[in-house]
Amino acid sequence: MTPRQKRFSLIGLGLVALGIAAALVLNAFQSNLVFFFTPTQVANGEVPKGQSFRIGGMVEAGTLQRENDGLTVHFVMSDTVKRVPVTYKGILPDLFKEGKGAVAQGKLSPEGTFVASEVLAKHDENYMPPEAAEAMAKAKAAGKQSSNTLVVTP
Amino acid sequence: MKWGSLSEFLAMGGYGFYVWVSFGTTALCMVWEVLSLRRRGAMALRIESSEEGINHG
Amino acid sequence: MSDSRVTWSKYSSLQALYPLAGRLIPWCAGAAVLFMAAGLYLGFFVAPTDFQQGEAYRIIFVHVPAAWMSMFLYVMMALWAGLGLGLKARPSFMMAQAIAPTGAIFTFLALLTGALWGKPTWGAWWVWDARLTSELILLFLYLGVMLLHASIDDLRRADRASALFALVGVVNVPIIYFSVRWWNTLHQGASVSMTAAPKMAATMLTAMLLMAIGFWLYSMAVILMRLRCVILERNSQPRWNQSAVEPGVKEIRA
Repeated sequence: MTPRQKRFSLIGLGLVALGIAAALVLNAFQSNLVFFFTPTQVANGEVPKGQSFRIGGMVEAGTLQRENDGLTVHFVMSDTVKRVPVTYKGILPDLFKEGKGAVAQGKLSPEGTFVASEVLAKHDENYMPPEAAEAMAKAKAAGKQSSNTLVVTP
Repeated sequence: MKWGSLSEFLAMGGYGFYVWVSFGTTALCMVWEVLSLRRRGAMALRIESSEEGINHG
Repeated sequence: MSDSRVTWSKYSSLQALYPLAGRLIPWCAGAAVLFMAAGLYLGFFVAPTDFQQGEAYRIIFVHVPAAWMSMFLYVMMALWAGLGLGLKARPSFMMAQAIAPTGAIFTFLALLTGALWGKPTWGAWWVWDARLTSELILLFLYLGVMLLHASIDDLRRADRASALFALVGVVNVPIIYFSVRWWNTLHQGASVSMTAAPKMAATMLTAMLLMAIGFWLYSMAVILMRLRCVILERNSQPRWNQSAVEPGVKEIRA
């Protein structure tokens, strides 16, 4: 092997080792890299107890209710398998809608209601004109998943 | 044309601030990068030619 | 100079690289302006409103090309750095040095336009999700490469050390790219990928791709400009002038 080939194989080996190390580290910290938990994970008790965490999923259609104060809202977060009721007092982002994705930060109350201190809208990766969206909505059977990143299958 | 008027275009459906700051900063960064590189190039050429005067002249 | 005798080893020498870069710059810059103008026209006047985000989605036309370039340029920088380490070739190190600032600028722009897009759509300027955090790490990696190079006086050691740093940091690029698939993030998934049909209306996609090509051509132009600066600056350094290859200034100023 010439010195040049030696140097290149050394660089290559170094990169492979680095890649493996990175994969192991990321795998070890898997749970910390997750931005939110799904309702299924909440139901299975995989969430930090007594601590603030984030929950993400679809805002189930027809569940959004506003209280008379105009600020407090109730809705149900769903990942099509499990459902978690959420209470939030505050202003919702523009894109927060029923049937769309959302991420809420807060704590689980003893009764199983998620009390949120912050609600973020999670939009999907589809971009199209409103007319196309309407046509698609008509064509598609109701309740079908429009995004593949909103709900993570374990 | 999808925009009725200039003000409608600038308003961007209420998101004008976010849209125009994004595009504006990007344009500024690009213009700044090109101008600063031109200056750097001219400076390097000046130093180069002055050194040529000392070393080879 | 007859073109038929041009070989790679000839281009690796700096006296050929300097005028070649000079000739390429106006073409790249001109094409970049044309592509960006076409992309902006299509993006603002032809592409329709988005069904869920309204006009705010138009930030995608700078955000995605900037983010793509931030990752692409890092890989390019690491490639030239690795080539420089393997071949002990000075021009490769110079390429890596020329790429870093442009990559850092695009990373900054991707983060900034992302914040300006996140606020009206998600409801937050910034969240610590895997995609945003790994892109922020990319900015620090670029800055690290540049600072390391600037802080070492001996040019050969500066080249080698920053090249090694750049190579180590390259693991972050696949993490950025796949973060939206590996972990659940607030950031949405990829609209355009190799494996699936684009999840965008055709005119939106065309506008975004035109902007991306424009950004790529712009990067070529400014990187070549910076390469010429780096060649000249290093040529002026005394220790460099003592080396075997010494292009006279009259020859290289084509």
